[in-house]
Amino acid sequence: MFLFKLLLKNAFRHKLRTMLTMVGLIVAISAFGLLRTVVDAWYAGADGTSNTRLITRSAIAVGSPLPLYYADRIKKVDGVTGVTWVNWFGGIYIDRRNFFARFAVDGNSYFAMYPEYILSEEEKSAFMADRQGAIVGRKLAQRFGWKVGDTIPLSGTVYPGNWNFNIRGIYHAADARTDESLMMMHWSLLAESVRKRLGNAMASQVGIYMVNIKDPGRASAISQEIDALFRNSVAETRTETEKAFQLGIVSMSEAILMAVRAVSFVVILIIMAVMANTMTMTARERLAEYATLKALGFSPAFVVKLLFGESLMIAAIGGAIGIAATFPLALGFLHQTNDIFKVFEVSQTTMIYQGIAALVVGLISAAWPAWKMSNIDIVQGLRHVA
Amino acid sequence: MRAIPLSYVLRNLWVRRVTTILTAGGMALVVFVFATVLMMSEGINETMVATGQPDNVLILRKGAGAEINSAITRSQASNLDAMPGIATDNQGRRLLSREVAVLNNLPKRETLEMANVTLRGTSDVGLAIRPQVKLVEGRMFRPGTSEIVAGRAVARGFANMSLGHTITMAGREWTVVGIFDAERSGFDSEIWGDVDQVMQAFRRAVYASIVFKLASIEAFNGIRQAIADDPQLQLDAKLEARFYAEQSEGMTKFIKLLGLSLSVIFSIGAIVGAMITMFAAVASRIGEIGTLRALGFRREAVLLAFLGESLGLAMVGGIVGLMAASLMQTVNISTLNYQTFAEMAFRFKFTWNVAVQTMSFSLLMGFLGGFVPAWRAGQLSIIECLRQA
Repeated sequence: MFLFKLLLKNAFRHKLRTMLTMVGLIVAISAFGLLRTVVDAWYAGADGTSNTRLITRSAIAVGSPLPLYYADRIKKVDGVTGVTWVNWFGGIYIDRRNFFARFAVDGNSYFAMYPEYILSEEEKSAFMADRQGAIVGRKLAQRFGWKVGDTIPLSGTVYPGNWNFNIRGIYHAADARTDESLMMMHWSLLAESVRKRLGNAMASQVGIYMVNIKDPGRASAISQEIDALFRNSVAETRTETEKAFQLGIVSMSEAILMAVRAVSFVVILIIMAVMANTMTMTARERLAEYATLKALGFSPAFVVKLLFGESLMIAAIGGAIGIAATFPLALGFLHQTNDIFKVFEVSQTTMIYQGIAALVVGLISAAWPAWKMSNIDIVQGLRHVA
Repeated sequence: MRAIPLSYVLRNLWVRRVTTILTAGGMALVVFVFATVLMMSEGINETMVATGQPDNVLILRKGAGAEINSAITRSQASNLDAMPGIATDNQGRRLLSREVAVLNNLPKRETLEMANVTLRGTSDVGLAIRPQVKLVEGRMFRPGTSEIVAGRAVARGFANMSLGHTITMAGREWTVVGIFDAERSGFDSEIWGDVDQVMQAFRRAVYASIVFKLASIEAFNGIRQAIADDPQLQLDAKLEARFYAEQSEGMTKFIKLLGLSLSVIFSIGAIVGAMITMFAAVASRIGEIGTLRALGFRREAVLLAFLGESLGLAMVGGIVGLMAASLMQTVNISTLNYQTFAEMAFRFKFTWNVAVQTMSFSLLMGFLGGFVPAWRAGQLSIIECLRQA
């Protein structure tokens, strides 16, 4: 207890310096946490997936068209309980910056397969009854202030022309991992417009298929079976679990994610340099004190304990505030980025890493001064007083 | 006003070496991050600017915005072919290339992870109107065959993309007969093949884009107007250079925004570090400050000396950080461009602009960290100082 009191007194002897060091630590630890949370959020799409759903897409590339008749053939595969499909609509809402995911779905089969998008029966039937109907997520509606009945103009990119969609329902998510910022419209409406422009063959094309299966244990066998159906055909397929599909998309940006990860460690190094500097200066100033302690008979280990203790105490306080500050910071960041991340939570692992980082900073900062001070010559040290 | 000699400032930095190294080291790390971000966006910029030729025009379907969304029918293409203002080569051939761009999911060389590569169906005219593209290995593909030539970044980064190898795309075997260098432009991240073969294999009935060389750059506005006014066409005309600059806009913005906000946050750490160091420097030299003042140096001179010390720290940090960042020039990276949904390779490019901006940023950190302590040093009264000493 005495030692603890001494450490506390020592740590705040030079108030301004300790405060500045702590500010640096808080910034560094919370920035580290925020960066890790950003990387986590990127991978979050893969966490919200269901293990009873497979994605069948063109072997050429995601989005390369597949014929519509594949649906019937996939349905006949043993163990498959449902098939639905979507096409990427693309488009621009007023300005390119207003980005959100928009795709065309086959209403009945789609919502049957995605029970996590919760929609009332009235909304669902209103959507099905309106050719130009659309369903949007709760967060998306909030972002643009949309209500049921509003008309949303989109200018087409993949599907040319100016489009108007009437919001017939706003879905909310069953749990926090589900995306609430999607917009869905009728696939049949798009197909019709393509038919008018380019004829029947081009109209019955699908971006990706979603396949529901009964037994998740058979996912890999069913995937292979589906791909075998279309081998050497006009459009070969690649089928994988929803999770593998999402991870595949994320891995395309791997270089960026790696960079963000690397940079999150740089900030720890920066604060390590600052903190080590603080401890070195502290030790240098107290040279005479440590010499006195040693002259009084305290062992070198005691001096080492004092320095490590002080460093760890500053690191612990700064680290704790830093971890606490990560939460409001993450919330602010999420709002700033227009909720592009569907899930943005500071995970427990991140907090543990933050704690470890603070601890390591505290330990390493004290290492050099502690070694030096435990080795000082008493006479030299005492002479320093004069 | 007599200034305190610079040697006093520099020797002070030298005397407290450990502190100087640690403080400057922290700054160097921030500078490193700052400089790499700038180098990255310069690199992307370089890639995209080099891709478009200033006198080439690119035609897409109205509102498509990107080649993967676009569709141009054969009849539209024939109409364009007849337009005036298109350059011809010495054999009287019109320099107009009908092209198609399709994405292919191919495995990377090292990780075997899948990434999207653009396969461009083009012709020898397509090669002729892009003088930056030169074959460095093998030969050009022959029209009417399943032969392809690969850009340098593709050849380097993707599996089986070496000369003589065969890869499968859209159920067909394609032989790599050449590797081309496109002077670090976006084409380095593409594979080129015969347009008719690509359309057949990928079952495309329509072209994605039409690219032609202008007879004179002045003719562009007239041509664009003529295309916009033709209700039959429903096409957009853009200068190729402008088009490619726009294709990378989102990515450059994203990287700059992310990187610069990180640098600013990180710099708080380094500024705090400089502040700590400078406060300590002032505190430990109170007697010296009193002596200097007693010798006739004015408050401003003391302020400048301490500020100079802080700027000196920042200078050391800036130079070290910049040197480390310049080593990144040897690194090539490749990542997904969200606007084209295809891989794009680029490098970290070091320019004078980057160096100047980075050093200014570093000195600004030094100034912000050093000003308060230096000002305080200047405000101390002579008598107080000398009494404490």
